[in-house]
Amino acid sequence: MEQLKTIGRELAMGSQGGFGQSKEFLDLVKSIGEARSKAEEDRIVLHEIETLKRRISEPDIPKRKMKEYIIRLVYIEMLGHDASFGYIHAVKMTHDDTLLLKRTGYLAVTLFLNDDHDLIILIVNTIQKDLRSDNYLVVCAALNAVCRLINEETIPAMLPQVVDLLAHSKEAVRKKAIMALHRFYQKSPSSVSHLVSNFRKRLCDNDPGVMGATLCPLFDLITIEVHSYKDLVVSFVSILKQVAERRLPKSYDYHQMPAPFIQIRLLKILALLGSGDKQASENMYTVVGDIFRKCDSSSNIGNAVLYECVCCVSSIYPNPKLLEAAADVISRFLKSDSHNLKYMGIDSLGRLIKMSPEIAEQHQLAVIDCLEDPDDTLKRKTFELLYKMTKSSNVEVIVDRMIDYMISINDNHYKTDIASRCVELAEQFAPSNHWFILTMNKVFEHAGDLVNVKVAHNLMRLIAEGFGEDDDAADSQLRSSAVESYLHIIGEPKLPSVFLQVICWVLGEYGTADGKYSASYITGKLCDVAEACSNDETVKAYAVTALMKIYAFEIAAGRKVDMLHECQSLVEELSASHSTDLQQRAYELQAVICLDAHAVENIIPSDASCEDVEIDKNLSFLNSYVQQSMENGAQPYIPETQRSGMLDTNFRSQDQPEASLHGLRFEAYELPKPPVPSRIHTASLEPSTELVPASEPAYPKDTHQVATVPSVSDAGSSELKLRLDGVQRKWGRPAYSSSAPSPSSSTSQNTVNGVTQIDAAGSVISKAHKTNDSRKPRVEISPEKQKLAASLFGGSSQTEKRSTSASHKVTKAVSHAAGKSQAPKSAVVSNQVTVEKTIHQPPPDLLDLGEPAVPSTTPSVDPFKQLEGLLDPTQVSSTANHGAVGAATESPDIIALYGKTPASGHSSSAAISLPTNGDGVNFTAGLLDATLSTAHAEQLSV
Amino acid sequence: MGIRFILMVNKQGQTRLAQYYEYLTLEERRALEGEIVRKCLARNEQQCSFVEHRNYKIVYRRYASLFFLVGVDNDENELAILEFIHLLVETMDRHFGNVCELDIMFHLEKAHFMLEEMVMNGCIVETSKSNILSPIQLMDRA
Repeated sequence: MEQLKTIGRELAMGSQGGFGQSKEFLDLVKSIGEARSKAEEDRIVLHEIETLKRRISEPDIPKRKMKEYIIRLVYIEMLGHDASFGYIHAVKMTHDDTLLLKRTGYLAVTLFLNDDHDLIILIVNTIQKDLRSDNYLVVCAALNAVCRLINEETIPAMLPQVVDLLAHSKEAVRKKAIMALHRFYQKSPSSVSHLVSNFRKRLCDNDPGVMGATLCPLFDLITIEVHSYKDLVVSFVSILKQVAERRLPKSYDYHQMPAPFIQIRLLKILALLGSGDKQASENMYTVVGDIFRKCDSSSNIGNAVLYECVCCVSSIYPNPKLLEAAADVISRFLKSDSHNLKYMGIDSLGRLIKMSPEIAEQHQLAVIDCLEDPDDTLKRKTFELLYKMTKSSNVEVIVDRMIDYMISINDNHYKTDIASRCVELAEQFAPSNHWFILTMNKVFEHAGDLVNVKVAHNLMRLIAEGFGEDDDAADSQLRSSAVESYLHIIGEPKLPSVFLQVICWVLGEYGTADGKYSASYITGKLCDVAEACSNDETVKAYAVTALMKIYAFEIAAGRKVDMLHECQSLVEELSASHSTDLQQRAYELQAVICLDAHAVENIIPSDASCEDVEIDKNLSFLNSYVQQSMENGAQPYIPETQRSGMLDTNFRSQDQPEASLHGLRFEAYELPKPPVPSRIHTASLEPSTELVPASEPAYPKDTHQVATVPSVSDAGSSELKLRLDGVQRKWGRPAYSSSAPSPSSSTSQNTVNGVTQIDAAGSVISKAHKTNDSRKPRVEISPEKQKLAASLFGGSSQTEKRSTSASHKVTKAVSHAAGKSQAPKSAVVSNQVTVEKTIHQPPPDLLDLGEPAVPSTTPSVDPFKQLEGLLDPTQVSSTANHGAVGAATESPDIIALYGKTPASGHSSSAAISLPTNGDGVNFTAGLLDATLSTAHAEQLSV
Repeated sequence: MGIRFILMVNKQGQTRLAQYYEYLTLEERRALEGEIVRKCLARNEQQCSFVEHRNYKIVYRRYASLFFLVGVDNDENELAILEFIHLLVETMDRHFGNVCELDIMFHLEKAHFMLEEMVMNGCIVETSKSNILSPIQLMDRA
């Protein structure tokens, strides 16, 4: 190696004169090359910065010298130092007339500047001028710069010229112009939406380089909107066929493979176009089959193309022969000694098992080898595969393995990833409550701060509501085992905050429920937690409320409460806390303790986190009061609908300011009888200072009025929801309202809110669908490494179980949702006592769940799959129409293409354009064929 | 978008060429390069030439003292990128004649010009060596 280096150095030195590099530059590069440490390198670069700062602003620097300076600037930035002092000189260099200098200038500028840098404005003019140049190399240089420097605002300045260049006589220019247009599309799709047909046109370019480049933007377009491009399937297939048959110039060959990079991109495009489209897919079978046969499986590039074939086959409508070929490729990959091929094998296995689940069977040992391989990359890929093939029969093994791995790594990014996968699998396939709790404990313990807070809320809800059927014994057993495991774990140092919150809540709610642990034991533990987390207010709040619940249960059970000394000091400390939330909790705790059993029982009923909170929406208990007021001369309430005459229509158009209307109305018609108006007045004007818990339903009405004003958009659609918003604001407890306090899921009580309900239901449907769909893969096998293999790949009889368990889960979720929507009280689960006393705020983790209407939408057969089959013809016919435009624009180009052929005989892409070359003619003819046949088809359809 | 960045780094971890197809600040680049170089250099010959890092996948290949690292999106064909690296090296070989680290250092701009021909907007747009090199040769002659 050292030898190589010296040879290289001599070579470079030898070229010293030839390339006109100065001694100074050579010395700089040499010293950087010889630097033995980063520190030494930094020293050299810092010195270089000083030198350059002085030199570069000297007057009359020869151009050659300047170019060298610019490259030295590039070095400075590349090695991690700021060279902004010299940017302006790079910009100036783009103005130079010498091509090499100009291009160096552009290169430096693209390396230095982001597309929103201030200096860009100085280059726009130069670029515009260069795009008009007669020298195509100058145009190319400018187009390179366009791709790097043009942002949304400057696109219009370039667009017309770039579009003109699409028809330039030099293929290199056309290629770069296409890519510039692609860049514009990436930056601002709307700016070029009217020009998208150009991409279709350039697909028929007679230069394979231009055609190949055009595949990039087309791939992006098709990814976003597959249906508009179905008409191109035939063209793509025909191009791919010709590429595979070596109709492209030899210079595109790579290791005896004809234009493999173009083949790969075409296969990617076909995979998109054929996905779920039987008719389109049928067009592809032959060519993909051919490529399977032709690929040289002994070279890397051959395998790269084969891999892309497998990806394509597992994406398009299945074909048995191709699936077989794909399976063969995969098994060759997996049996290979090369880790790279094994990696590709595992990846493609993960893709193919969606189509043919049984293929994993033959490879179980290979998979396990990969799982146990010391190579981290391979291991992760294998976990990804396992994730895809998890079902209820192997979930324990897989999740255990994942957790072990999760514990062993330090990379937070991946840890988060794998933790959320564990949670997802555990929630979906858990074989038993006990296992579920233990698994969640492990995940929380080791990655608690990385998982979504939703997960914690889910867990609490699950413990509160129990797993399944109305089996109280099982539920309380679940709770006991949770309590037990938490008490076991609680002493561990440095538990994540989210986990501690769960622990506190569960201990508060169920710590003393089964009588196994005494109140003082549990409260002691809770105090320990609160003390240990002196910086975490959320955990402290959970702990205090848990304490309050424990004491309340004790009082309600008629036992005498002896507050531990440490509790007392904790409460005292908190009642002087800076956090008003903590203060309030402390005061509430003190207040509750002084009450008698009956009162306490009403405030905090035991095990009532899932109970309904009765809300008297009609406020019937106020009837007598209203009666009395009317007798005293108050005006009767007129429902909003009957009030139209008296109201400003502007206000009414959005039903939102209902509340303010109330306000107006009351003021306007008020008689000097004090009680009614004054009360509403204070409530509506000073909601935020009102600290008394709204313990009776009289308040909702008031708070509603207040809340309507801020939440304009939702107002009117749901009274209940608004009221909740108001309450939440008043109590200001962000910790419990989590990141997404969307109101929509809490609104189901309100019949007016039909739209939201449907939305929510819809999301459940799609969720359920996804569950059934993505969990479909099933695998089965038997041998040893084998116990693992057996446990991982299990028996086939399990498949049924999987789908039922999934759908069971969903129904369950749905029933939760139903429970929630009709039973606001249950939402309190994640909230706590204070909230219970007021009005519930549904926990945010419920937002994904919707309406009772859903159970019927969780079939074990995937209806969407069935639909796809039915829909195909319709999809195609709809795209045929779309294609008409493309075909129309294409045909003139094809003629042009023929016209041009003789003339362009001298171009570098002779193989395609030379008429003397049979292959070339075939290539274009094939394209023509393809486009003509599509055009024909369109005519028919029109 | 495909390719996010291309790096050439020697076995001491010193950057020899860096081209990013999305904007990162100097600090971000420095941190990123440090992390992935550390990761890749620690791997042995038997292990995969692919490494996951944050949202990237790094495909790397070693030639004598020089590592070529390409950061790609998650759905990119890793083997193809591996061969793309080799194509780049073959192209540089054809131009420099058995390319070595110092060739790239002394002719940094040319190495960049080649990349500019091969990759635009993070996509591989040209794979014919003659097409890649012809503008550079024309410039040399001019």
